[in-house]
Amino acid sequence: MLHIEGLTKRFGAKTAVDAATIRVEASSMIGIIGKSGAGKSTLLRMLNRLTSSSDGSISFEGREVSSLTGADKRRWQSECAMIFQQFNLVPRMDVVSNVLHGTLNKRSTLATMFNLYPSEDIHKAIEILDRLGIAEQAPKRAEALSGGQQQRVAIARALMQDPKIILADEPIASLDPMNAQIVMEALRRIHDEDGRLVICNLHTLDTARRYCDRVIGMRDGRIVFDGTPEQLTTGVARDIYGAGDEFSESATSTEIGALDQPAEQTAKVFA
Amino acid sequence: MADLTAGGSTGVADVQSRYMEMVQRKRLYGGLTLLIFVVLMVSGFMVADDRNAGGFWDGIDNMGDYPAAVLAEAWEKLADLPGLMVKYFPALIETINIAAVSTLTGVLAGFVLAMLGTRGLARWPALIPVFRRITDVMRAVPEIVIALMLIFVLGGGPVPAVIAIAIHTAGAIGKLFSEVAENADLKPVEGLQSIGANWSQRILLGVLPQVAPNFLSYALLRFEINIRASAILGFVGAGGIGYELRNSMSWGPGRFDEAAAIFVLLFGTIVFFDQVSSRYRNRMTEGQGA
Repeated sequence: MLHIEGLTKRFGAKTAVDAATIRVEASSMIGIIGKSGAGKSTLLRMLNRLTSSSDGSISFEGREVSSLTGADKRRWQSECAMIFQQFNLVPRMDVVSNVLHGTLNKRSTLATMFNLYPSEDIHKAIEILDRLGIAEQAPKRAEALSGGQQQRVAIARALMQDPKIILADEPIASLDPMNAQIVMEALRRIHDEDGRLVICNLHTLDTARRYCDRVIGMRDGRIVFDGTPEQLTTGVARDIYGAGDEFSESATSTEIGALDQPAEQTAKVFA
Repeated sequence: MADLTAGGSTGVADVQSRYMEMVQRKRLYGGLTLLIFVVLMVSGFMVADDRNAGGFWDGIDNMGDYPAAVLAEAWEKLADLPGLMVKYFPALIETINIAAVSTLTGVLAGFVLAMLGTRGLARWPALIPVFRRITDVMRAVPEIVIALMLIFVLGGGPVPAVIAIAIHTAGAIGKLFSEVAENADLKPVEGLQSIGANWSQRILLGVLPQVAPNFLSYALLRFEINIRASAILGFVGAGGIGYELRNSMSWGPGRFDEAAAIFVLLFGTIVFFDQVSSRYRNRMTEGQGA
């Protein structure tokens, strides 16, 4: 359904993403890992068309996406929801309004100006919030919520778009372990229950292993690994991160469960 | 999660109905505000139209006549325009000179007033209202009133214009700078205070580096406004290009080409300084890291 062919992004002399080719044939949950600066964010931003590509093509269900402009581009963006590390909500507006922003592509500027959303949309927005367990926060301002709650509002906004793809750019990087788990479980549930394609930039390996069906590793703008979580051995991970033998996954794990198991691994590291 | 949603089904309906109530109330208020706005607009316009000597609707057809006459005449004598622009260039320099001097003095005075009138930074916190009222007064009196008064006392020329514009600039800049400084981070100031720095040192080293790009940008904007202000003051005898413009505009037909040349000069000057100031502003904000 999603075909990315030789997608490249250059910033001046620097190549952020170098001829990335990814083929997704069925809806799945895909994790992209790699160290910061590897081009993960740029890749997602190009998919959403927040950033334009220098070269290559993106096609979704047979439709060429990378060359769309104007209203067509905005329609594609409404079908391809984006979730950000810093949530990117409008802080001073209430939670439901933020979720209703998901329908902006279908609304005229005038209706937006006078805040006229149909009642069905308002009901739907609150139902989505309920599905994510934060319905009681509905009338509060977005800025009054905790980080985990704000990220769930952002997911609700994405769901309000009724998108075919959800792109999540480091969705849990600013959250504590408990909230990170809630947000990742919500994303997984959206994939399982609605069958939407979810592509997620992650910076912890264990999260990618635990929640994703397929893992793509990027290093210096190139795709260096593409396989199942089982194929992602510690050796492969060291390659992706360009790390030496001292690299230990559990040392940076944010998973709460990780505290119980790695006693022997840590012992090995310090041995 | 499952038990939460099961128990929450009545909760959702509750949240929905309460939120809908809130939306209805907001829409009602919004509608009322819009209505009041429209009523005020219409009634205000009617009053203005009634009290107008000529009447808006009768005069609207003639609105384009003057610009059309100026353009037509300037077009006929297009060949003279460069010569006229050279002729009026010294007057333009005088106008810019008035603007520059008054901006410099006004901004410096405004800066001091702003620092003395900002909560958290003021030298004498009890006197904040006093300094604020001083800036209010300086802002409230139109430049042209001060200029007319000073021309009466000192005689025509650029000096009254400089003083008049500088007073107004100090008032306006005092307000703008103080608003910028209010949002400045006070931690560096506290750090300097812990070292034993005095008030001026704290302001110069703790506040100024943070707010300098904004200050510069407001000062340059003020300079542009002052170019226009000093041109207008020329109309009342303060010299510069405004004086020439009034002469060419009012001395009957035959001199509209001169008016056009002066308009082109003024327009060019504003564009030029706008470009220069935006360049410096960008360099200042971007260059912070370097």
